[in-house]
Amino acid sequence: MTAMCDVAFLLLTFFMLATKFKPEEPVVVKTPSSISEIPLPDKDIMLLTVDTKGRIFFAIDNGKMRASLIDDVNSEKSLNLTPEEKKAFSLDASIGIPFNQLKSYLASTPDQKKVMETNAPGIPVDTSVLSPNNELATWIKSARNTNPQLRICIKADGDASYPNVQKIIKTLEGWHLFKFNLITNLKAVPPGTAAFAAKNEKKG
Amino acid sequence: MAEMDTSSSGGHKKGPGVKKGKKLSTRIDLTPMVDLGFLLITFFMFTTTLAKPKTMEINMPYKDPNMKIEEQNKIKNSVALTILLSKNHRVYYYEGIGDDPTHAPELKATHFAAKNGIRDEIIAKQKSVEDLKRSGALTAKDFATILIKPDTTSTYSDLVNILDEMNINDVKVYAIIDISDIEQGFIKATEEANPGGGK
Repeated sequence: MTAMCDVAFLLLTFFMLATKFKPEEPVVVKTPSSISEIPLPDKDIMLLTVDTKGRIFFAIDNGKMRASLIDDVNSEKSLNLTPEEKKAFSLDASIGIPFNQLKSYLASTPDQKKVMETNAPGIPVDTSVLSPNNELATWIKSARNTNPQLRICIKADGDASYPNVQKIIKTLEGWHLFKFNLITNLKAVPPGTAAFAAKNEKKG
Repeated sequence: MAEMDTSSSGGHKKGPGVKKGKKLSTRIDLTPMVDLGFLLITFFMFTTTLAKPKTMEINMPYKDPNMKIEEQNKIKNSVALTILLSKNHRVYYYEGIGDDPTHAPELKATHFAAKNGIRDEIIAKQKSVEDLKRSGALTAKDFATILIKPDTTSTYSDLVNILDEMNINDVKVYAIIDISDIEQGFIKATEEANPGGGK
């Protein structure tokens, strides 16, 4: 019993120290796999999540940045948000609500928010940044204004249809953002290929 | 664990009439503590993210609507391989950039696979470009160029898969391009010709 107790607490200590809590995700997304081994940066990320139905969720990691972002968006789109609603935004992990529903979403209670989040239509997007329906373009522009160092990461479900992702890429291109990251799972490099040879060379 | 010896071994014999003090066991029942320990372990195991997500970096070509046509790079027909992505993870490809309106490119159907799939075609293309370089038909500046054109029925995983093939086969030059209506027509025609779809 004593030995087992020791092991249990050793493991417990390990997990407590090694743990980093999963960030709250608005939707379950199964990303496709690639051989790319570049790790996701720890901070300064703008995360665009696309689920199977093509709904887009927008998130940035830093709470302080979210606060200044909502100020920016508020004045640009004249949403008339109260300070409480702005605070609610800075505490919220991700947004998949169009601007016309944003005020009522931020004013609602956490339980209502959850319901709204699951039924959220996603952020409207279009192929051109100049289109008035392209709300994602506004979010990206304001976020880049708040922090120009933000890296853009697209986390899309493998089953999301290409036109949905294409619209995001077009929007980014519209703001002259040509470099971005796609979040993928890691898979093994197939042997006998150029990448496999390059990897072995690096090791040896 | 260290245990205290609570049994009265040895020592002096107490005389009759001397009352023996009640011996209490110093052993504690550890079961609840271990239970709690394992419960917490399970909790941390489920909430933890040990594997960090990986990312794939892509650079889209610089695009400016005001760019003049003369400034744009022209791809030589001999280095280009156009890959079209379609529904049900099907892949169509043809040699060249398909800009000759009089000759419709010959579409071939294939799929994502390690053997006899699109990878073999990419490797074959790279080889033929190398051969052309050696024979002097192309300069050292020319690379095998892959044009990726996902159609509206393809999924995001197709896009990631084909970009991954670029990394796997070390393709230096590739681009994601919008599909044209003509090419959508090609896919449709090929689909009708062989309903089996490249398998």
